[in-house]
Amino acid sequence: MASALINVPKKAKRGEIIEIKSLMSHIMETGFRHTASGQLVPRDIITSFTCRFNGAEIFRADLFPAIAANPFITFFTIASESGKFDFEWIGDNGFSEKASASISIE
Amino acid sequence: MRKRLAPTRRRFLGLAGSAATISVIPIVSLRPAEATPETMAAAIRTVVGGAAVQTGKVKLDIPPLVENGNTVPMIVSVTSPMTPTDYVKSIHVFNEKNPQPNIGNFYLGPQAGRAQIATRIRLADSQKIIAIARLSDGSLWSASVDVVVTLAACTEEVM
Repeated sequence: MASALINVPKKAKRGEIIEIKSLMSHIMETGFRHTASGQLVPRDIITSFTCRFNGAEIFRADLFPAIAANPFITFFTIASESGKFDFEWIGDNGFSEKASASISIE
Repeated sequence: MRKRLAPTRRRFLGLAGSAATISVIPIVSLRPAEATPETMAAAIRTVVGGAAVQTGKVKLDIPPLVENGNTVPMIVSVTSPMTPTDYVKSIHVFNEKNPQPNIGNFYLGPQAGRAQIATRIRLADSQKIIAIARLSDGSLWSASVDVVVTLAACTEEVM
């Protein structure tokens, strides 16, 4: 069900600062909403997002219900060497998704 | 049957009327659970401890007038050279009036190159948003923005 969208430049110059964009489809149910019959809808959110480059963590975020549905997060990193970015989303009810993207340095 | 029903109905209406007048005051004083400036201050304290937070260096980019509180673009950037000795360690964003005071914690390092993050957030009401950055030397810097929200998030019923 869940699908990730990752935007990483395929090529970059050594030392260039590149922007990484990530989007994970997820309802991000806050746990503060009620149904018409007054029942509380249980919380179902992504709580953690991590990005690793060649195994080393370069960015991490703790998410809360105040993050909009389908969390979209962008950040920057220095392109130092060719390698692979690994993305990981972890959330309520055992939610766990992974994605990866490669970059080559010219 | 009729003799019994009529007084019952009258009594019922009378009771309903008095109940309505009595319950007016409690309804007005009922407030939904929400973060207050105090709970936001408490949430900030758990992150910064007792350290002083200075104003500056942080730029918090949120549209001042938001039509839909369900998805509000937000950019936080920090003025920092981002060298191995002087960089931004983390960025924490808080709100005043959502049900919960936290919005997100973002952890960076010197390899980020540029201390800037962007995401989309939810806002339940017109309120103040605060972003706090922790630098590698331990100092804390903040910026705050007041946002007016016309359609609030979190309050609608689920169909």
